Amino acid sequence: MTLPVQDLLAILPELVVISTACLILVLDPILAASKKDLLAWLTLAALAVCLGLTSSQVTGRQYAFSNMILIDSYGSFWKLLLYIVTGLTVLLSLAYLKAERLNIGEYYGFILLALAGMMVMVSGADLLTIYLGTELMSLSLYVMAGLKRADARSLEASAKYFVLGAFSSGILLYGISLLFGLAGSTRLPVIAEAIATQGTGNPILSLALVLLAVGFGFKLAVVPFHMWTPDVYQGAPTSVTAFMAVASKAASFGAFLRVFVEGLGGVSADWSILFTVVCLVTLALGNLVAIVQTNIKRMLAYSSIAHAGYALIGVVVAGRQGGMAASTGLPSVLLYIAIYSFMTLGAFALVGMLRKEGQESDNIEDYAGLAKREPLAAFFMLVFLVSLAGIPPTAGFIGKFYIFMAAVNGGMAWLAVVAVIFAAISAFYYLRIVMVMYMREPDNAAASHSRLETSPALSFVLACALAGVVLLGLFPNGLWSLATHAAPLLK
Amino acid sequence: MTTSFPWLSLIVFLPLIGAVLCLLVKVESARWLALSFTVVDFLCSLPLWWLFDSSTAEMQFVERASWITSPPVQYSLGLDGISFPLILMTTLLMPFCVMVSWTAIEKRIQLFMSMLLVMETAMLGVFVALDFVLFYVFWEAMLIPMYLLIGVWGGANRLYAAIKFFLYTLAGSLLLLVAIIALYFQGGHTFDILALSRGTYSASLQMWLFLAFFAAFAVKVPMFPFHTWLPDAHVEAPTAGSVILASVLLKMGTYGFLRFTLPMLPDATVTFTKPMIVLSIVAIIYGAYMALAQTDIKKLIAYSSVSHMGFVTLGIFVLNIQGIEGAVMQMVNHGITTGGLFLCVGIIYERTHSRHILDNTGLAGPMPRYALFLMIFALSSLGLPGTNSFVGEFLVLAGTFLWSKVAAAFAALGVILAAAYILWLMQRVAFGTPSPAHRAHLLDLNARETATLVPLVVLVFVIGIFPNPLLTRMHVSVAHLLAAPKTPAFAIEPRPVPPVIPVPPAAVAALTTLSSEQANAR
Repeated sequence: MTLPVQDLLAILPELVVISTACLILVLDPILAASKKDLLAWLTLAALAVCLGLTSSQVTGRQYAFSNMILIDSYGSFWKLLLYIVTGLTVLLSLAYLKAERLNIGEYYGFILLALAGMMVMVSGADLLTIYLGTELMSLSLYVMAGLKRADARSLEASAKYFVLGAFSSGILLYGISLLFGLAGSTRLPVIAEAIATQGTGNPILSLALVLLAVGFGFKLAVVPFHMWTPDVYQGAPTSVTAFMAVASKAASFGAFLRVFVEGLGGVSADWSILFTVVCLVTLALGNLVAIVQTNIKRMLAYSSIAHAGYALIGVVVAGRQGGMAASTGLPSVLLYIAIYSFMTLGAFALVGMLRKEGQESDNIEDYAGLAKREPLAAFFMLVFLVSLAGIPPTAGFIGKFYIFMAAVNGGMAWLAVVAVIFAAISAFYYLRIVMVMYMREPDNAAASHSRLETSPALSFVLACALAGVVLLGLFPNGLWSLATHAAPLLK
Repeated sequence: MTTSFPWLSLIVFLPLIGAVLCLLVKVESARWLALSFTVVDFLCSLPLWWLFDSSTAEMQFVERASWITSPPVQYSLGLDGISFPLILMTTLLMPFCVMVSWTAIEKRIQLFMSMLLVMETAMLGVFVALDFVLFYVFWEAMLIPMYLLIGVWGGANRLYAAIKFFLYTLAGSLLLLVAIIALYFQGGHTFDILALSRGTYSASLQMWLFLAFFAAFAVKVPMFPFHTWLPDAHVEAPTAGSVILASVLLKMGTYGFLRFTLPMLPDATVTFTKPMIVLSIVAIIYGAYMALAQTDIKKLIAYSSVSHMGFVTLGIFVLNIQGIEGAVMQMVNHGITTGGLFLCVGIIYERTHSRHILDNTGLAGPMPRYALFLMIFALSSLGLPGTNSFVGEFLVLAGTFLWSKVAAAFAALGVILAAAYILWLMQRVAFGTPSPAHRAHLLDLNARETATLVPLVVLVFVIGIFPNPLLTRMHVSVAHLLAAPKTPAFAIEPRPVPPVIPVPPAAVAALTTLSSEQANAR
């Protein structure tokens, strides 16, 4: 049997990532403890290579491995985003692992393995490939969530994530098997064709639809499948939380849209109604529960749930409009998630590095008077929070603007109005942090105060996130045209 | 007339440069830097007074560039007779905001000055934006700096006031965003304000849009019953914040009505005329009654603002030329007069650290110059002929009279009540006996404070006695607003009355002597 060179070339970025991950796992025991930074730089080098490789794949549409994998502009959009956020996460981890004294070389290996899983997720053209990618990503993340072995919360996060994640995978797999029974194949185009020829009345199809929605709902952390999110986000090491909140969510959205648009596009009217409900409860619960949080990581967890709700508006609208050419629902989702990545990553980077007495200070109370102690850090946080609240001229506004445009265009102005009301509510909890940072003094004057542990790597991460939030807010043209070119078309 | 020189971009973004620089320098230089940027910005806006062509209703000094390609959002700026006075008023007031904060603000001065300058950019941007999304960006961009101004440098209850201000305005303006997007799809896929103003929309759509616009603008004005954030915000904000709030921010709401609601939604405007006028009159009388009951000077002025802004919305919704010209005049005048009053309160607060009326009595004795200035602003606030406020209120009442005599009668009650609460305030503050606890701190105005107040006092009289230069500059634009061909709905328009108010010279003379006499009476 000869190796299919054409196929291997198509997945060259994935190969680079996986072989670097293996290389790191081998090098880790060999390297002295003081030289573990090298592994991070190796990771970054691999990401840079991938960035170049995927950039050359942006145009064109190529199937590989007997139509199991599809390399196209849609997958490339997500991959490019994933490289950037993974790179930033690695830089953040460089600072964070040192501060936490988590000198574990495998860490970078796991990040790359998770990334490989995500890349497979967004370029899978077959439900099984997508499932494999999801599992690879999830298994790596389960381990990473529990890396703070001395911390009970971290272990709890890992166990909880694993149990619930395994459940959701099972449900996903069940949905896949039903679709296989229906279409005789797990390939997305074949499923789409089967739906087109058999009609949409089949109850098995509806059941499969619901099961897939539940399975992806877990990965996207939308209500009512969000229960794991606050605990896992709070317990996991913050660099891992950032990675989960950003990269894992982006990849899940990538795979989710691929499946529902290219595979289940024929029943888009049905899943549109389903996701309208999910979207509404996600917006409501995410935003309302975030208000009462006292831990900033939990608050950001609920905020990330709420943001998935905003992105879902684009999905709902796209489904409702079917194949209408004028629909901007899907591009607005791509744009929204990309923008969300920058602001959330920036916020988590700051949260992870604000520390007192060697501990992470993640209580909102610890931020009292931060603007006085760390004016620059407080200003960065201010910008990220303002952007999360969707106030111009930051990128968060642009994201919401395009989502609302899509909603009104799709005749769902009422949904935009609901989202707008929750956006106003969300401003309350984001601004509460601003209030604590700028307008409050620490309660106990004697205790030591949280400070930002700076390092060049962290500064670079923050600068990139800030540049993303500000520049995308002022000049969204480039990202929007990328998103419109990459977005899949509903047929 | 369009000039090739980008006047408006210069005026709008100059303060932003200053804002960045302020963050980078030392405390003392931050003050001077902020002052020079605001003064230079004012000087830059001054040539517009002569360059402005008052014979056309077209937008002037127009600048256009593409900002977002899809959907087409433009960076387009322009000025007409309605926005023009507001621009000058804003650039004029900002240096005084900096000067009054010179010693009053003690902590984080760089950030404070920077936020003031960011505010200036956002406020000016609101008045000159010709693209609806651009307008919205400026409109929202002022929320954060204002939130910080109130929340960081405000009074005891500042946290509550700041978040209340923020959430009220944000909730209103987010609905505006949805309305803007809906207009885009109904109005020919454009965000251009002029193009949208030319479009016609179905009656039911207009109703919905009117309500959404109303949510944003009525909160900002604030119209009764959405005014409850205002007394809190005014009282807790530092002096400069109060001045900005009262003088400029409130005008953004009424400007919104004039720029968007009237031209874009004429049918809905007519449908809602009665409720709007009733709300305006309620605001006038309720605000005045609340002002009567206050013991906190700032709160009293805040409620008087509710009352005065009621006149503005009243003038707008009677939909005739006197009413609207009066409304624009009143917007400028309220900015000058109330700005002056808040500056005065800030000055006395620096001395006695109390805003309570009973802590600040009998100031005419120890502080005669201060009492004189306060008296002039107070008399202007109650609309004494010869002062600026008289012009605006007179025009609004004249316009209201044409619309309904009963409404005019009720609105005029507000003027009488204003006389009551202002004179009662002055009686206590200027002419009581000084409270012994504060006697030692009551030093008269220093040079900086005098310099802050004198230009405003001059304007009080200049506009009061010679309103015509300002009126002629807005006349054509207002007439155009009412005479737009697609708005037969506005046919209530009676024969045009020349917008010249003859101010009896005797009244002016009487006033000048009166005020100086009262101030000098010890």
